[in-house]
Amino acid sequence: MGGKDKKDISSRRRFFTNVAHNIGLATMGTLLWAGYTTKAKSSPLTLRPPTALPEDEFIKTCIKCGLCAEACVNRPQNRDRDGNKKPGTLKMAKAGDDVTIGTPFFKPRERREATLIDRLLYGYKRGEVIDNGVPCYMCDDVPCAAACPTNALDISRVINPKTKEIDIKMMKMGVAVVDVHSCIAFWGLQCDACYRACPLMDEAIKLVYNRNDRTGKHAFLEPVVNPDICTGCGLCEKACVTQKAAIFVLPRDIALGNPGDHYVRGWDRDDQKRVGKRKESDITTHDKRSSQKPIDYLNRGLEY
Amino acid sequence: MKFSNIKYLILRRVVQFGLLFLYFAGNVWGWQLLQGDISTSLLFNKIPLSDPFAVIQMFVAGATIGINVLIGALIISLFYGLIGGRAFCSWVCPVNLVTDLAAWLRRKLYIDKIERKLWISRNIRYYMIILALIVSVISGLAAFEVVSPITILNRNIVFGIGSGIGLIVAIFLFDLFVVKNGWCGHICPLGGVYSIIGKYSLFRVRHNSDTCTLCMKCKDVCPEVQVLHMIGKKSMSVNDIECTNCGRCIDVCDDDSLSFGIGFYIKNSSKEK
Repeated sequence: MGGKDKKDISSRRRFFTNVAHNIGLATMGTLLWAGYTTKAKSSPLTLRPPTALPEDEFIKTCIKCGLCAEACVNRPQNRDRDGNKKPGTLKMAKAGDDVTIGTPFFKPRERREATLIDRLLYGYKRGEVIDNGVPCYMCDDVPCAAACPTNALDISRVINPKTKEIDIKMMKMGVAVVDVHSCIAFWGLQCDACYRACPLMDEAIKLVYNRNDRTGKHAFLEPVVNPDICTGCGLCEKACVTQKAAIFVLPRDIALGNPGDHYVRGWDRDDQKRVGKRKESDITTHDKRSSQKPIDYLNRGLEY
Repeated sequence: MKFSNIKYLILRRVVQFGLLFLYFAGNVWGWQLLQGDISTSLLFNKIPLSDPFAVIQMFVAGATIGINVLIGALIISLFYGLIGGRAFCSWVCPVNLVTDLAAWLRRKLYIDKIERKLWISRNIRYYMIILALIVSVISGLAAFEVVSPITILNRNIVFGIGSGIGLIVAIFLFDLFVVKNGWCGHICPLGGVYSIIGKYSLFRVRHNSDTCTLCMKCKDVCPEVQVLHMIGKKSMSVNDIECTNCGRCIDVCDDDSLSFGIGFYIKNSSKEK
């Protein structure tokens, strides 16, 4: 072999080394960048604006222009009693928000104690609590969705198929969840703040009366959320009287379970539709025990 | 300093700050002149304007592209493709304010004279475009848009300052201490996209070598200095796609050797110097 000198490598060797060099650099770049984007993409606890596509599609389709947030904050109704503009519901995610950067989201409630800066600049008192969260007020005309240029917010998702009109009740931004342990109504104290704050009062949140055995003569007025109706607007979370909200909105795929097709409410004609025409034999088996039919399993080992 | 020496610089700053102000006013006071941000805006509450690179990334990431952003991207591509060339970078982009400041400080502090030279290719931006598209396909979202300092800075100004501002400071320091014109002149894939879009645009800087005194002030200030290869050699228009039409060379020229002109131009009878 010749070519001990560095400069004296054959053009073929040079070509292959160059190719390897470039592939190596490109792979390194892709891995670093894709590693970051995969992390940046995941914001599972995010509440999206009304009519948003499912999270995966939403992330792809949102161009991060902020027209929805501007439509939200600048809508004519968004004024307080003195006519001053209030903060908008939708915020554009910044680095550190734990939301894919530049995408719109909302937090119904975000309380913190006044910092030194708040006290000096804005005249808050020591220990005063500031709530920067804004719930979604479910405007009839959905201005945020109307402003979206990419259909990442797709207003057709809330068009009632029967009336062909926008129906805000069809929105599904999240679902309210009650922490029965810290909700004071479950203690027996009378509180119906969330129930009354709910824009779908007595539909999305119902008060269930239960006998209070401790006193023997009082009732619990327990708030119970109906996830089929709750839109996830967050007004209940904002209104909750406990220090940290005992009712709060979570994304639906986080908060809700799924019974699957195995279980049907036999007493409910409509529930059979959910499962359709699935038969016992359609159900896949997962382990040795379930590979046998239940009846075989029960009859096993019986001698007649 | 004569006004003619900073004419285009002032005009550019007015345009850049003016656009940022209009975006800001669109959010804060609800003005309907220019709403949205630099990735997609709405002009006069009617005309959509979209970043073509963002739309391409969204497309390869698998998104269904809405008609509005498609029209918006087309309008922007036609504008820069037919008229402006790579003017986005020097007349609109907010990061240009940051990197120009770094470049100016670099000249004033003589950092060019003391630095250890780190050479990186000016073609990195074109590889970055390809890389951005590959990563968009892999991760299923517009990859450059989640790291782009351009939109991050723009949103910081329009929607309020957040912690993403650290990235902008990093780019400032990179341009100041690591590579001259490092971000805008080497790495930024959006600059690469607008370079390609503006290949046949009409607005071009023209050089007249007959009056040139070879003072080389233009090469001192040019952020893409390789495009000025004809200075003092040949009377022609700047045809290299990386020219941002910032007009800084025209500003600093005291010999009327540089001007804006329409269309490609070459003077064959020019005497060789």
